[in-house]
Amino acid sequence: MGHKPVVCAAASVIPVPSAGSTDTDSQALLDALRADGHVREQAIADLHGLLLRGARFEVRRRRAMMRAWDGDDLDDLALQSADDALVAVLAKLDAFEGRSRFTTWAYKFVLLETAVKLRRRPWQGRELPLEPEQWPRHADPRASPTDDAERTELLAAVRRAIDDELTPHQREVLVAVALNDVPIDVLAERKDTTRGALYKTIHDARRSLRRRLEAEGLVPASDKGEPR
Amino acid sequence: MSTDRDDLLSRLLGPVGPELTCEQCFDELDRYVEAELAGGQGHADAQIPGMHAHLDGCLACREEHDSLFALVQSET
Repeated sequence: MGHKPVVCAAASVIPVPSAGSTDTDSQALLDALRADGHVREQAIADLHGLLLRGARFEVRRRRAMMRAWDGDDLDDLALQSADDALVAVLAKLDAFEGRSRFTTWAYKFVLLETAVKLRRRPWQGRELPLEPEQWPRHADPRASPTDDAERTELLAAVRRAIDDELTPHQREVLVAVALNDVPIDVLAERKDTTRGALYKTIHDARRSLRRRLEAEGLVPASDKGEPR
Repeated sequence: MSTDRDDLLSRLLGPVGPELTCEQCFDELDRYVEAELAGGQGHADAQIPGMHAHLDGCLACREEHDSLFALVQSET
């Protein structure tokens, strides 16, 4: 049938759509979430179960990639992410246009909440490296001598362009995120701004670098557009 | 062969061509992933121009895309 019970098969009265289900299933859950009384309460419980499943999926996925993580409080983090995503999904319910399955739409909120919390976790209490730290100094043994020389020349030109062409803010943001691997969400939190605002800064900085490199004949001319 | 220097240059210089913003990426992410699963990346790119370039340029959005793709795929 394409329906999956979310929290408990016996308790769930709303057919929460699975990835293989139909638009009709999404509409049924939406209708229940927009209803009153017990129907809405049950739908919210089911939605929370769905979001918690997504949060735990993300925790497992990232934990597998970062085995050194202490996992004692990761389920708490998953639960908090599901709670926060539930608030976000309910607040934006009217924005759901049915252009995807409701499940997929709702999952993206909880994956965002979980990912941001997990990215911030290892940086808690740490000072952010905002000055260049990781410029490669040695030849890359995997590259041919010709390629390595070209890369060395291009990297040197990029370093000069970063110093000459970027504003202090652009330089700080690009260096922190692109060179020093500071997660953009961590930097956004410290600077009291958003991922989108910082990415716009990075985008503008990259355009300035490319213009300089194109003028120097080091990269082909590009049709670099604005973010839409 | 992609090298560390290629990766660094890619991170510093970003994608070539117009790209979505992070906000637009989030708005379209569910539709893009479903289009990918239904018809492949080329199909999804045709549906939502600028998404692929943004995912190349923004590591955080890329990670969330990869997670959503994996999660939805796991339930299909």
